[in-house]
Amino acid sequence: MPKIKGSIITAATWVLVLLFFFPIGWMVFTSLKSEGDAASIPPKFLVDLNFDQYAIVFDRGMGSYLLNSLSASLGSTLIVLLLAIPCAYGLSIRPIKKVQDVLFFFISTRFLPAAASILPVFFILKSLGALDNITALSLLYTAINLPIAVWMMRSFFNEVPMEIVEAAQIDGANLRTELTKVVLPILMPGIAAVALICFIFAWNEYFLATLLTTFTARTTPPFLASFVDGRGQFLAVLSAASTVAVLPVVIAGWVAQKQLVRGLAMGAVK
Amino acid sequence: MLVKKRALVMGAGLAITAVLLSGCSGAGAGAGAAGQDVTLTLATVNNPQMKDMESLKGTFEKENPGIKVNFVQMEEGDLRAAVTADVASGAGQYDVVTVGAYEVPQWGAQGWLTDLTPALTSDAAYDVGDILPPVKTALSVDGKQYAVPFYGESSILMYNKEMFAAAGLTMSNNPTWQEVAAAAKTLNTPDHAGICLRGKPGWGDLFAPLTTVVQTFGGAWYDNNWNAQVNSPAFTEGVNFYVDLLKSAGEKDPVSNSFTECLNQLSAGKVAMWYDASVAASILEDPTTSKVAGKMGYVHAPVYKTKESGWLWSWNLAVPATSKHADAAVKFAKWATSKEYQQLVGTTLGWTRVPPGARTSTYSIPEYKTAAAAFAPITLEVMNAVNPVQPGLNPQPWVGIQYVTIPEFQDVGNQVAQLVADAIAGRTTVEEALAKGQVIAQAAGDKQKK
Amino acid sequence: MTTASIAPVRQRTPVPPGEESGTATRLALKKKGRQARALVMPALIFSLVLTQVPFLVTIVFSMLQWNQLRPSEIKFNWFENYAVVFTGPDFLPSLMSTVVITGSSVVLSLLLGLFFAVLLDRKFMGRGLARTLMITPFLIMPAAAALLWKWSMLDVNVGMVNWALNALGLPSVAWNTDLPVVTIVILLTWQYTPFMMLILLAGLQSQSREVLEAASVDGAGPWRTFQWMTLPHLRQYIEISTLLGTIMMLQAFDPIAIMTKGTGGTKTLSYLLYERAFIGLDVGQAAAFGVVTVIITIAVASIALRTLFKVFINGGDR
Repeated sequence: MPKIKGSIITAATWVLVLLFFFPIGWMVFTSLKSEGDAASIPPKFLVDLNFDQYAIVFDRGMGSYLLNSLSASLGSTLIVLLLAIPCAYGLSIRPIKKVQDVLFFFISTRFLPAAASILPVFFILKSLGALDNITALSLLYTAINLPIAVWMMRSFFNEVPMEIVEAAQIDGANLRTELTKVVLPILMPGIAAVALICFIFAWNEYFLATLLTTFTARTTPPFLASFVDGRGQFLAVLSAASTVAVLPVVIAGWVAQKQLVRGLAMGAVK
Repeated sequence: MLVKKRALVMGAGLAITAVLLSGCSGAGAGAGAAGQDVTLTLATVNNPQMKDMESLKGTFEKENPGIKVNFVQMEEGDLRAAVTADVASGAGQYDVVTVGAYEVPQWGAQGWLTDLTPALTSDAAYDVGDILPPVKTALSVDGKQYAVPFYGESSILMYNKEMFAAAGLTMSNNPTWQEVAAAAKTLNTPDHAGICLRGKPGWGDLFAPLTTVVQTFGGAWYDNNWNAQVNSPAFTEGVNFYVDLLKSAGEKDPVSNSFTECLNQLSAGKVAMWYDASVAASILEDPTTSKVAGKMGYVHAPVYKTKESGWLWSWNLAVPATSKHADAAVKFAKWATSKEYQQLVGTTLGWTRVPPGARTSTYSIPEYKTAAAAFAPITLEVMNAVNPVQPGLNPQPWVGIQYVTIPEFQDVGNQVAQLVADAIAGRTTVEEALAKGQVIAQAAGDKQKK
Repeated sequence: MTTASIAPVRQRTPVPPGEESGTATRLALKKKGRQARALVMPALIFSLVLTQVPFLVTIVFSMLQWNQLRPSEIKFNWFENYAVVFTGPDFLPSLMSTVVITGSSVVLSLLLGLFFAVLLDRKFMGRGLARTLMITPFLIMPAAAALLWKWSMLDVNVGMVNWALNALGLPSVAWNTDLPVVTIVILLTWQYTPFMMLILLAGLQSQSREVLEAASVDGAGPWRTFQWMTLPHLRQYIEISTLLGTIMMLQAFDPIAIMTKGTGGTKTLSYLLYERAFIGLDVGQAAAFGVVTVIITIAVASIALRTLFKVFINGGDR
């Protein structure tokens, strides 16, 4: 009896998951159609599938945009980790009087809507001669992601058993060894989770990239949007470009999925 | 202070360039007569004609060794945001920009765009007189031309001849809106809508067709002294007519719809009529994507109190004053809008893909006339008939048909469009929407009065 | 501990203040404090420079009369832009839209996320695959997701949602025309449910199995166990996902720009700001709206964190 109940729940789970995933599956399906079929009324289910749209996407030079996205996302994620790990550690080992305020400051920097800050940023970068510059973009993404990273990292650090750290200190470990040899290994899954989330945000960031880059440093999201045609059909080619753009993160998400869930579940999984 | 700083920067720049140049000439004397290599960055919307331009840029690069052109394609809204910020701040990231007819006179008057008049008139082969007169008017300020049209369009009424025949209806070459409304109601069935009209809130979406309707109903955004006329009886009547037509015989979910959405419904044979941009015809006549190719008829924009009611739009190439490679940039802009370019498109990509509505001579190319027989004559006829100086019943203090050539208009148009969309959805009445719109429009008008 | 916990982080086992560092001397404590500060500083300085400098510039801009297309008329008009914010017709409706859209999307995605987390916490065939598929909506670029939904899902002629409605014998829905707010909420909920699910799933997994089993041996039904054991345990995870989800959804812009264009009560603050800056081209007004938005969000956030979450925490402690 419980077994039957179990398989009913499993089946229901799968139905719901597939329903939720359906728009993405449909996007992949659309990317294999011709523009005419993709726009046909009523929708077509039985059509010739081909990779023509993917050829168009790569003919227009998607490779270089992907590469730019990769360097901006990886670069910013690395800097985020370098800054956030020590910061979160500092906030957790010794409650600084204003810890809450510091944390709140970090998170409040995320409240300014991008549309309000982007023109000031544009003018600052212009006067620095740093428009269309991948390093500048990476640093901005770092600033955007840092609050979330510090916030999440600190809650992970709080789950590290104090005894382990204290044992290391008694053994004469200094701060750096304490951090790198003792604490970090325990936190690896959590770090993976934070890194993945920062990477996704940077990878998908659209607004800053559109306005602050032109060609040399342009990333994938504005390139994707450039397939939206004001005077014609574009659904199939946009689906193809989106599929290509999302693939790296899906693969990263797939690979890191176990790490991710374990990372987020830090602590009590002892 | 700013000037001083800029001079300093320019001086430094010149010094560096000089050093680089001397280094270059010393090292590679045989690097070609053109001097140092130039890379142009071009910002454009990604309409089909512009994609064709990108695919053909190799020819230009071959003809002009040492010049490379990088295309940055954007969706229309993004293009406006990015290029406006760049040009207005003098950041100078783009060497060639695609600018709408709405912006060209404004930016030209600000001194943000290079005056192309000398470069165009001195070149007999370019034949600047060949550019369609209304388009040229819209791109000039005080006799100076600040941009060259890449393609232009007006608005026409497109109708499905099969559906008309089946219902025993006919269409005249110059229909009135009342006739169109009556036909739309007859043709509106559960299977297909009577007419497709844009309802997506945006000054360039909903208010492109709607402004022309308002004008032919005798209304206008402003009178000759910049007093807003949005809640005037004529404006209200025009908007009411449009909204009622949408409700009684229009397509489903109009607030979602702009050009491409209507195009898809027309192509699938789900709508009997469509009032929109003339370039739509070339896509509807493409049998690979359209089920209605060869079944469509094209006539003038419907009218009521005026004789002609089509809009006028062109996407144009301009060179920002801040471009660091102005000479090469002008060269490219001229190439892409030249007669040779049209030949190049026709012979390599097909004659229906020649950018329309920019040059009179396009319409006398024999191959084009044959290939585009269904829609070329009406396009030329309408584009020469519209009057951007006075499109409505009364004189107006700006040049332009479906827009008002002031910086605030896109904002006014957008906000009023959002209000009208609420009226289309039945959340408010047209009168209430326009009363609020009047306040918004008057605030912008007051800035003009100063 | 009487200070409100702004940080929704797991509390350490409470230790009486005096005993906190039974072995450490006061000197060591001081040294630790210095170390901690040294560790925090780089990130803090980086954040300060990269976020506060633009913010200061934004404040300066907010006191300027500056339309991008009228560069010759740039001048200080001090608080005129703020007067427009508070006396104009845009701000309050926009604030309301923001609250309605963000609020309902956060609640819905939280509930759905919890539901899916519970389902995917079970052991079943293909669980890894199911989890990965569930995460993907969060990985898609928001603009692409909005376009995908507009064209493939919600379109009145070719959209799959209407197709399914028709297949069930129901009439098509003109989503953007008749239900703009619902349209945006649907899309945001779809995109952020995976994020919520991910965090809540982590919470579920960190729950001790023995305690749950003990509860079921004691005769507590699954629903009672969930209500009295699991939910309190999930508290901190619900808090962090609510906070982060709210921050992200407050910034939501693409679905509105692509689908409803701000009509019918969908003009949220972030869309309004975009409109002021890039359609109105009014740099000064956009900056003023931005500054006010930040102040309000910070105020609401700190009140919410201090009261709402505290209530939540106390409730969970029962």
